Amino acid sequence: MRRTRVLAVLLAALAGAVVLSVTVGAKTVPPGEVWQALTAPTGTENDIIVRSLRVPRTLIGVLAGVALGVAGALMQGHTRNPLADPGLLGVTQGAAFAMVASIILLGTSTLYTYIWFGLAGALVASAGVFALGMAGGRGGPTPVTLALAGTAVSAFLYALTSAIVLLDEQAMDVFRFWQAGSIAARGADAVWQVTPFVLAGLLLAAFNAPGLNALALGEDVARGLGQNVNRTRAVGVAAVTLLTGASVAACGSLSFVGLIVPHLVRPLSGADHRWLLPYSGLVGAALLLLADVIGRVVAPPGELEVGVVLALIGAPFFVALVRRRKPVRL
Amino acid sequence: MRLYGPSRPRAVAVTLTGLALLVLLMAMNMRIGDIPMSLAEVLRATVDAGDPGHFVVMDLRLPRALTGALVGAALALAGAITQAIARNPLASPEILGVTTGASVTVVAGVVASGSAYGGASGLLLSLGIPALALAGGLAGAVTVYALAWRQGLDGYRLVLVGIGVAAVFTNIKYWLLTVGDVNDTTRAMVWISGSLNGRGWEHVAPVALALSALIPLTLLGARTLDALRFSDDTVVSLGVRVNRARGLLVLAAVLLAATATASAGPIAFVALASPQIALRLIGSGRPPLLASAVLGAVLTAAADLIARTAFSPVELPVGVVTAVLGAPYLIYLLVRLRGKGR
Repeated sequence: MRRTRVLAVLLAALAGAVVLSVTVGAKTVPPGEVWQALTAPTGTENDIIVRSLRVPRTLIGVLAGVALGVAGALMQGHTRNPLADPGLLGVTQGAAFAMVASIILLGTSTLYTYIWFGLAGALVASAGVFALGMAGGRGGPTPVTLALAGTAVSAFLYALTSAIVLLDEQAMDVFRFWQAGSIAARGADAVWQVTPFVLAGLLLAAFNAPGLNALALGEDVARGLGQNVNRTRAVGVAAVTLLTGASVAACGSLSFVGLIVPHLVRPLSGADHRWLLPYSGLVGAALLLLADVIGRVVAPPGELEVGVVLALIGAPFFVALVRRRKPVRL
Repeated sequence: MRLYGPSRPRAVAVTLTGLALLVLLMAMNMRIGDIPMSLAEVLRATVDAGDPGHFVVMDLRLPRALTGALVGAALALAGAITQAIARNPLASPEILGVTTGASVTVVAGVVASGSAYGGASGLLLSLGIPALALAGGLAGAVTVYALAWRQGLDGYRLVLVGIGVAAVFTNIKYWLLTVGDVNDTTRAMVWISGSLNGRGWEHVAPVALALSALIPLTLLGARTLDALRFSDDTVVSLGVRVNRARGLLVLAAVLLAATATASAGPIAFVALASPQIALRLIGSGRPPLLASAVLGAVLTAAADLIARTAFSPVELPVGVVTAVLGAPYLIYLLVRLRGKGR
């Protein structure tokens, strides 16, 4: 079966990206030694690098990449808009604002506490964006309208966030690294804290896929096919919220993964969301890891944050998408 | 030279009311400071050189208020031009790459020059930052226009390309913010929010110069702007050399926006909202130039007043207030635009 074969290829690509991510960096660790560090650690420098830095970093990258890829595919499907992306549409900034507010107002300091605030912020923002995306009935708003609405929402939330961090230099110091988007130095704890949220989001997304296929035919047809349209929408919002909120809490703002990935994947999967979503997750993870590896090697001795690399890759893609005379209708 | 088109009396009324409001708001702004003054005291200190408050008012508070007003006027005028040319209420300098480009170069300058920037180097402060902003603003605009050009300019493609390019600039800016010292970062952060804090006469001068040179030029171009409302074919048959006129006007808009950004940082949404509000107040066919400029000054002065008093004694950057007020207005515009054509 062709689609199963594609799935295998994508899995292999992700595996390749994972190997790169654990081996390449400021200090290259050969794959053999990585294996040794994982199976029979002896406490050498390489063992410590691999076990305490590279592996958690890679796991976080995979989690966030899968989450953002699937979230992007869900958003593009629900809004039927090729330019939808959690970062561009303000969901990321919603999570950021809620988290910064919680740091200042409540003094929360651990990831586990503020992930809840991140989720709450993402929920409000994604519900708002979806409302904008759905309003107007037939066809919803054009890509331009939605992208601009996202810009406006982002600008609004960013202004509130910056008002808070400007009042507090400590928060500023945390925030500036957070907003550049990074999967480095998160540690194994973060992996365990984020995993349940991502898994829950993926489960909802899987549950959402058949309904999304029906919705692609238009709301009236979907209703005629016996779909509960409102429930499908609600599940979609919940999935996007969980996936985006968790990845934002763990890695900061990462734009463009959700935008690019579904476009890369659609020629392979077709319009069927039951394949589009898993493909998007795999490609999202591979893309995020590759961007991170690029960021580690382009600016020695320092590193370029993965969020910056993603923007440098993603924005030209976005511009190319816009320059095509007829944007793909979904 | 027709400044206003058919609804002239109303335009004059709006402009004059705006000017009066502006003077009042500036006076209110000048009351605020380490030593609060009453309006009467501000007035006395302004006109009487022997007054003990004369130095404070003339060298500290007046330039700040003037910077705000002029920057607002320049941004709004730039917005009115770009909106008229793109025939699109959403086309404004912040979306067209000018302000985001300027932000990147300025942050780069602040971070690269390190902590020295805050202390001794007054020359860099007064010359370097504006020059950097101007260069960045021009580069940003050129990038967006070049990428959006495809057998002509489509207004919507321009806007979308602008959003994409802005994302790159923003992320480069984020990265630069992580590189620098945290003190520099906070200073850069204040600047990129758009702030009027500590603005002196050296910030007034460039904007005043740009406005006095470019306002007459754009008013001369007003006829072209009127004509540009129609399709390109019609415009050509009206005898306007479309591309040259459009190019000159866009250049003027970029210069205005970049100079304003150089003086006060990217104050969000003034350029987008002021022309639209002026348009609705006056009811003309395209954003009116002078009335937009006056309204931009009024909005900026009002926003600065809010920014300084809302969380007193902490003063927020004015750009935070304009973003919080302007973003919902943009969404409102989007909702209203829906259903009209695309």
